[in-house]
Amino acid sequence: MRELAYYEAKFEALEEIMAADQRVHLINGTFLSLSPHRHVFQNLQKKYSDRMMMPPISELGFCGLAIGAAMAGLRPIVDLSTGSFIFEAWPQVANEAANAFSMSGGQTRVPVVFHLFHGLRGGGAAQHSGSPQAMLWNCPGLEIVIPSSPRDVKGLLKTAVASDNPTIFVDHTRLLDVRGDVPENDKPIPFGVADVKRPGGDVTLIATSYTVQVALAAAAKLAQEGIEVEVVDPRTLVPFDLAAILSSVEKTHRVVIADETHQSCGVAAEIAARIAETGFDKLKTRIRRVSTLDVPVPYSPPLEAHIGPSEARIMDAVRTAVA
Amino acid sequence: MAEQTYLEAIRAALREEMRRDPSVYLFGEDVALGGPFGVTQGLAEEFGTNRMVNTPISEATVMGLAIGAATAGLRPVVEIMFIDFITLAMDQLVNHAAKLHYMSGGQLKIPLTVRVQCGISGAMGAHHSQSLEAWLAHVPGLKVVMPANAADAKGLLKSAIRDDNPVVFIEHRALYWTKGPVADGDRTVPIGQAALLRQGDGITIVALSSMVGPALAAADALAGDGIAAEVIDPRTVSPLDVEMIVRSVKKTGRMIVVHEAVEQGGIGAEIIARVQQEAFYYLDSPIARVAAPFAPVPAGPTLEKHFLPGKERIIQAARQAVSKG
Amino acid sequence: MAVKKNNSQELVALLRRMWLIRAFEEKVSVLYAAREIQGLVHLGIGQEAVAVGACGQLRVDDYVYGGHRSHGHAIAKGADINRLMAEIAGRATGYCRGKGGSMHIAAKECGFVTATGVVGGTMPLALGAAFAAKERKKGQVAVVFFGDGAGQAGPFHESLNIASLWKLPVIFVCENNGYAEFTPLSAHTKIERLAQHAKTYGIPASTVDGNDLLAVRGAMSEAVTKCRAGQGPAFLECLTHRLRGHYEGDPAKYRELSQLAEWKKKDPIARFTRLLKSRKLISDQAVESIEREARGAVEQAAEFSLASPWPDAAEVAGQVTA
Repeated sequence: MRELAYYEAKFEALEEIMAADQRVHLINGTFLSLSPHRHVFQNLQKKYSDRMMMPPISELGFCGLAIGAAMAGLRPIVDLSTGSFIFEAWPQVANEAANAFSMSGGQTRVPVVFHLFHGLRGGGAAQHSGSPQAMLWNCPGLEIVIPSSPRDVKGLLKTAVASDNPTIFVDHTRLLDVRGDVPENDKPIPFGVADVKRPGGDVTLIATSYTVQVALAAAAKLAQEGIEVEVVDPRTLVPFDLAAILSSVEKTHRVVIADETHQSCGVAAEIAARIAETGFDKLKTRIRRVSTLDVPVPYSPPLEAHIGPSEARIMDAVRTAVA
Repeated sequence: MAEQTYLEAIRAALREEMRRDPSVYLFGEDVALGGPFGVTQGLAEEFGTNRMVNTPISEATVMGLAIGAATAGLRPVVEIMFIDFITLAMDQLVNHAAKLHYMSGGQLKIPLTVRVQCGISGAMGAHHSQSLEAWLAHVPGLKVVMPANAADAKGLLKSAIRDDNPVVFIEHRALYWTKGPVADGDRTVPIGQAALLRQGDGITIVALSSMVGPALAAADALAGDGIAAEVIDPRTVSPLDVEMIVRSVKKTGRMIVVHEAVEQGGIGAEIIARVQQEAFYYLDSPIARVAAPFAPVPAGPTLEKHFLPGKERIIQAARQAVSKG
Repeated sequence: MAVKKNNSQELVALLRRMWLIRAFEEKVSVLYAAREIQGLVHLGIGQEAVAVGACGQLRVDDYVYGGHRSHGHAIAKGADINRLMAEIAGRATGYCRGKGGSMHIAAKECGFVTATGVVGGTMPLALGAAFAAKERKKGQVAVVFFGDGAGQAGPFHESLNIASLWKLPVIFVCENNGYAEFTPLSAHTKIERLAQHAKTYGIPASTVDGNDLLAVRGAMSEAVTKCRAGQGPAFLECLTHRLRGHYEGDPAKYRELSQLAEWKKKDPIARFTRLLKSRKLISDQAVESIEREARGAVEQAAEFSLASPWPDAAEVAGQVTA
């Protein structure tokens, strides 16, 4: 089994996608944010520059354009880069892309992918560290994909492009250099299928995106304390694999949810509510959320480090859940 | 104590606050002409078009303008005609209004009120019928209120205008012509305080905005089944009065949450997450949500009716909750 | 514009201010490379004449708004460099208590209201300040700095339209440095001169050499005078160049070295110094002393910042709402 860095797996997917389907266009960013691994993007550009466009700083304009292009038969992938900038394009994403298929009674499909980097990045401060997926989860009509590993990013990106629905691809800059197994000739990963990243019998620890990696590190340490944590990664928020989560809860009876969106009305809130509604009888103790605190992201490094779902906070929550 | 419509109560609050404080200005499309529903009728005649400012269709920039005016000593009220159009102002609202006080280390104050109307009424379709309060409740730095009756509308709008923080005041279009008693005099309703509308010890029903009416009607019907429902109206969506809700659940042991917004990612999720966090061992049965299905609001009056949660679904959910555990 | 002898004090003061910005930015760069400053930092080295030429015409009670590259704008408006440096270094003694950082500077007491990390984000805000100023009738004006990249953002067009329609006392100062992040202007728009947009909306506009301090000062003086007199908005496009990359850490490979060399020759500080010397308004010693003093003050600011405490964890939850 070969090992790849996340960014390598992502670009392997992009290369395969561009080669396979002439309808795919890449709009705006490099899909790398400020990562130094520019060569992978430049290689792609050498081969496919006629299908890679760099628009002006007009998120509303080019997201709208991508949506229109998708309605007219193309399959664009837009890189919004910093997730906070999606707010500039919000009317197009939330009111046009999300609604078109339903409003048209099924006539108009919108096979567009919006790729963005969310979350705490080290000094991004309040306007460059947003995690918009919680709000987007409240918009019917959008699919939301949130990978955490090299294999997942490759398999999910392929499914995202193949999907006929507008898809938000929620990425994280801290994942780019994570290494992991990626089989040769792997298959696309279907949406709505969670992944147990680490089995365990004592606590169900649900985590998303980069926080999955943090959760795995926490789980390894907790194992030394005699606590066996099962780390469950939903991989997609819409569609959401509630059955896999309930199946884990059936075994452990204790739930901790770790996620980088702000706590109030965040991703962890919706997951907690669903478990409380449908799996209440399986629970021995309250569901604990480890979310980013309800404050704008502060600039100063020690303050930023304080507010996110850190390894220490996750471990504390797990310990109280088994106490 | 006079009876007023919800809409008249809002107009009265605006009038009284503009008389009381010359720094209160109203910006919005057609506000000087009364607006599409007549909320601001007559105000331009009294206060002039200088303070009742008609704006072009530029939600993003008008929101930003109001924020800037707030930092420079005015107390602006911005009207966004339908909450569906708040999408156009998301960057200014989320990235600027909500965060400037914090990012400036407290130097800047943003005494801004954003008035929007929301919800299903009149078969207006997916772009004119949404309920989007959960998006805004997710943003630290914004306060969000949703009055369900005329008295609360007046009292909360006054509080919102006087608050030194950005407050989103969400009116429900279907409630505009409902009448209710509104006391005379300068009364404010505190932001962050829920209202206990009906006492009971059988089940707690938390209902928001347009769902308060159906919840009270459902409670009447449930009483006939021998189920004593306690009905709570949060009134403020952020900050939530979790304390009152938790106190109630500790008494009743059961809860359902009702809102018109889509269920997934709605404010009900946050309420459930908080309540099970604070009162897990008091719950005798799972908490349930009664909300709209995960779909854009369909156009057409018949589909719209199927989409909207109402008294029957609330009764069903309550009976189910009581039959379990 | 003719240089009058009785202006010499003012002109030397302007040179001093440009040097303060240059020294400050260079020090920030050094501290960033040493990882004493973290996060996203964008320096305005090479664009000092715009900040100083424009802000030099303003009162303390005029409102200035900036963007992500606004350390210089804040300094030109009178911000305390100790508190500014401390903020960029994330310390508790910073203007924003460590919560804003480089892209979100606010120094309200000197009239630098706020910067923003969102391109074009402060243009509508400046309109609001201008609106309030107009109501107050004290002759205040609002100024907003932005780059050529903002010219394609929605709020840019909406702001020009409304400012013109309502005759707001706002001055739009565009630092056209030819690049929006990594992309040259020509790849973003067919309109080479942003002043043209302003004219379309009926706003008097001019394009000047942004590295010629006196040209900026002159154009701004005219704009401010008319604005204070209630004649409405103005647009000032300043052609300039940033001598560093878009952000600290950007190798700027998208820029031709020859282009950079050309612009270095037009360095605004060197040019203005030559002019003052040629008019015998300043001696070589005085020039050296100005640079030395600027660097000295900046060293002190750096020491102050690095010796300042980090913000306490409790600060995180503070001042979310007033």
